[in-house]
Amino acid sequence: MAGFVARRLTSALLVVTLTSMFVFALFFLGPGNPAGPVCEAQGRCTPERLAAIERQMGLDQSVVTQYAAFVRGLVVDRTVVVGGEHTCAAPCLGISYGSRQEVTEELARRFPATLSVAVGGATIYLLVGVTTGSLAARWRGTTADRLLVGGSLLVSSVPYYLLALLAWIVLALQWGLFPGTGYTPLTEDPVAWASGLLLPWLVLGVAGSTQYARYTRGAMVETLGEDYITTARAKGLSPRRVVFGHGLRAAIAPVLTIFGLDMAALLAGTVFTEQIFGIDGVGSWALEAVRAPQDFPVLHATVLLGAVLVVVANLVVDLAYGLVDPRVRTS
Amino acid sequence: MTSAADAALAVRDLTVRFPTDAGDVRAVTGLSFTVRPGQTLGVVGESGSGKTAAATALLGLHDPRRARVTGSVLVAGTEVVGAREPVLRRLRGRSVAMVFQDPTSALHPFYPVGRQVAEAYRAHHAVSRADAAERAVAMLDRVGIPAARSRAGDHPHQLSGGMRQRVVIAMALVNGPAVVVADEPTTALDVTVQADVLDLLREVQQETGTALVHVTHDLGVVAETADRLLVMYAGRAVEAGPARDLLARPRMPYTWGLLQSTPDLGAREERLRPVPGSPPSLLTPPDGCPFHPRCAFAETVPGGRCGTDLPDLVPVSGETGRLRRCHLPEDVPLGEGQVGP
Repeated sequence: MAGFVARRLTSALLVVTLTSMFVFALFFLGPGNPAGPVCEAQGRCTPERLAAIERQMGLDQSVVTQYAAFVRGLVVDRTVVVGGEHTCAAPCLGISYGSRQEVTEELARRFPATLSVAVGGATIYLLVGVTTGSLAARWRGTTADRLLVGGSLLVSSVPYYLLALLAWIVLALQWGLFPGTGYTPLTEDPVAWASGLLLPWLVLGVAGSTQYARYTRGAMVETLGEDYITTARAKGLSPRRVVFGHGLRAAIAPVLTIFGLDMAALLAGTVFTEQIFGIDGVGSWALEAVRAPQDFPVLHATVLLGAVLVVVANLVVDLAYGLVDPRVRTS
Repeated sequence: MTSAADAALAVRDLTVRFPTDAGDVRAVTGLSFTVRPGQTLGVVGESGSGKTAAATALLGLHDPRRARVTGSVLVAGTEVVGAREPVLRRLRGRSVAMVFQDPTSALHPFYPVGRQVAEAYRAHHAVSRADAAERAVAMLDRVGIPAARSRAGDHPHQLSGGMRQRVVIAMALVNGPAVVVADEPTTALDVTVQADVLDLLREVQQETGTALVHVTHDLGVVAETADRLLVMYAGRAVEAGPARDLLARPRMPYTWGLLQSTPDLGAREERLRPVPGSPPSLLTPPDGCPFHPRCAFAETVPGGRCGTDLPDLVPVSGETGRLRRCHLPEDVPLGEGQVGP
């Protein structure tokens, strides 16, 4: 077990490093010049001044040297020049070209917002999706099943951004049902935190639940045909215990795998949700960073975050699978 | 014959049909039998003879949306056919329990075996988890699982096939049911453990006085253990009677054919003679006696009645408790000697 985790952590580290190198290389070999906007901000930008700024920022050095400087900054404080000298405390992910703030600090400030949106939304869609999927499987072929399947298909055929936008316009603006939508840190005001995020949670939860309902229904229909379900019925267990205690227990494993990877994607930034509901999270930050002039340190940090989350989620899913399925544990 | 009152299980005119787009599949038609406490009934038939559909109906396990079950199944005096789910739930596992064919698929792969036995007990007894677990360990020990206490924590995949079937048997017996239905309980097991499991079933039955319905395609398996036999063909009973008499003097060509096709290790020179042909479709059964297309004697019955009239299940004259469904005169010899143990 320990060996397995160690092996997986090593490969995880490798994946994150390679991703980071790839993004780094892509940016510095690409057409954009980070020195350009800095130069223009200081008035008339002559080629001489541009060259001087490039030199200050270290952009004239090779990609390898710059990457080495970045890696060193993860463990020791370093000085970064972006239109002026900034000290960047370790672990330093750079200084934002736009805000001139330390990227690590801003990430630490924005991540809780994304985390709040993602965890709340995912909890709702997992619960709603798995419950409706299980019920649809139990009532397979009945009108209730058809209504649940049809409803889920209808919701999932609406593009997510449209659903979120409609919810915002109709529920929040026209009907005024969700006043004060936005992000307040949980530590500051728990009530405002929850009430501000309620609408994003619901929208994310409803939209995400449809695919979980379909996964769960499929897995459950298969499981409910198994012999051990007949055994459970033959013991005299109640239908609820048969469906949820025996059926769902076996059907949930593949659903959890998908959930783990979905969760990683959500935590890496809920772009539409944050943008539409005005939440300063990682998603809206990444979106700003992509817009010209590109904010490379921010972009790099958000991509790195995504890579780290995906490999961690994979590891957690594999370990969790062992908890759910005892056959995996012993092999 | 036993009256329904003192029987642990009384089945009267049981019919199971599965409606399909092409018509009804008549899995079981007009099946009747009774089993007294402590008695074993062997239900014998080829695959597709309706024996599993009948066994499933004994616990009311057919999905009412997919199967039409009519007739009567009285388990310890309670009607199963048409009973509502809460009634069935109290009955299943407590009054009538089932031992399944394949213990590997019958056990939940994710739960420890002890817990699965304990759950069957807790479904019918208001006891604590710990007490039920204790009871499960005792039961596992009773069915011959060594080191039952530590084995109770094992998952099914950690046990051998024979041990798994012992767990299934423990699960079926934990509530001391009046009736145990065993559907091909040894078919999925290695030959070496089949005898052990059969012995165990018989032993526990003698100890608890439960009535046992042993469904099998293998006459050899029930020849020694069953008190009475019921031979099914195309969803109907075609012959029934005390096991010893029926095996010694089969009175219906299908039973005789089954005996001929059962290997007997004692008789070396005897060649096995399989019953020619295959069982009829239950969707469109043949007119007359369902066995007539495969029956070597059908031609000898005057007027071709085998192909037009379904014979009734009637007592065999001069033999107590024997029934058969055949147009052949009773004195027509079917063949020489008994095959099988």
